[in-house]
Amino acid sequence: MAGTALRGRLSPRPLLWQVAKVLAVAVETASVRTIMLDVPDWPGHQAGQHVDIRLTDGDYVAERSYSIASAPGEPVALTVERIDDGEVSPYLTDELRAGDELELRGPIGGYFVWEPDDGGPLLLLAGGSGIVPLRSILRHRERAGSTVPVRLLYSSRTLDDVIYRRELDEPAVGVEVFHTLTRHQPPGWSGYARRVDAALLAEVAWPAGMMPLAYVCGPTSFVEAVSQTLVQSGYPPQRVKTERFGGTGGT
Amino acid sequence: MDAVDGNAIGGLLHEVFGSEMTTTVSVCGTCGTARQVGELAVYAHAPGTVVRCPSCDNVLMVFVKIHDRTCVDLMGLAALG
Repeated sequence: MAGTALRGRLSPRPLLWQVAKVLAVAVETASVRTIMLDVPDWPGHQAGQHVDIRLTDGDYVAERSYSIASAPGEPVALTVERIDDGEVSPYLTDELRAGDELELRGPIGGYFVWEPDDGGPLLLLAGGSGIVPLRSILRHRERAGSTVPVRLLYSSRTLDDVIYRRELDEPAVGVEVFHTLTRHQPPGWSGYARRVDAALLAEVAWPAGMMPLAYVCGPTSFVEAVSQTLVQSGYPPQRVKTERFGGTGGT
Repeated sequence: MDAVDGNAIGGLLHEVFGSEMTTTVSVCGTCGTARQVGELAVYAHAPGTVVRCPSCDNVLMVFVKIHDRTCVDLMGLAALG
C-alpha cells in the first residue's frame, strides 16, 4: 500500500485469548440461550461490543463473534442463537453447562457502541438475535440513569422467538418497545405483523429532523433493507450504525 | 454471499494491527471514500477474509490465516489511520 499513512494508535492492552468459566446458562427461547461467564481478566466493556469465541478440536479451530448481552458493570453474558448447521453455536446452546470452560477474547469493537454522552433520541432496530447488543444498550441506559428517549422496533418470526420478552414487556421510563411478528401472530395480537418496511418505519421511527441516532442489528438482509430505508427517509448515514450478522437468521 | 460489517472482524484487526481498529478511518484507493473500518463490507467465507469498499466494491484488505501466520494485503487502501 504505497503512500499509505499507517498511524497505529498504541493500545493500552493486547487482545489475548483467555479462559472464562460458565457460571450459568439460561433458556431464552427454544433455540436461544444466555451464557453467564466469569472472565478473570476482564477490563470492562461498552454497550454494543462483542467477544470472539474459539472452540478447538485437535488441530481444528473454529472462531465466531458473539455480542455481549449485559450492560457495562454487569458480569459478561452472551446470548447465542442456535444455527442448526453451525460449527460453534450448537455446542454453546446445547452442550455447555455451568462450570465448563470457554476460550474467548474481548471486548472487541468501538464502532457499534453507545454511551450516554452520545445522546439520542435513540432508534434501536433488531432482527431476531440482533436484539442482543441493543439489550446491552438498553440496560446501560437504565443503569447509567440516562433519560435519552428510546424507540425499539424488534422483528421476530413468532412470539415464541422473542428474546428477553419479559424484560421488554416492562421497559424503563422513556423506552417504547414495538414488536413485529413476520410469520405467525397469536390470536388478539396487537403489534405489527409484517416485515419492517418504509411504511412501518414511518410510523415508528423518530422523524429525521430530531437528529436521532439509529442502531440496526440483525441478519444482513434485514440490516441492509432497514438502513437503506432510514437513509432514504432523511437519516444521515453517519447516524445509522449497523451490525450485520450474515446469514438469514430469524426475523 | 452475505457481507458482514468491519466491526465483526474487530478481533482479527486488533490481532494484526495491535490496537482497536473499528473506529479508525480508512480511505479507498479506488474511489477515495473515507469510512470507519467498522462500516466496511467484510466477506468472511471466502478463502480468507476479504474487506471491500461499500461504495465501489473495490477490495481494500485481504487477510489469510495459514497455521499461526496471518498474511495481510492492504493494496486497495489509500490510507488507514
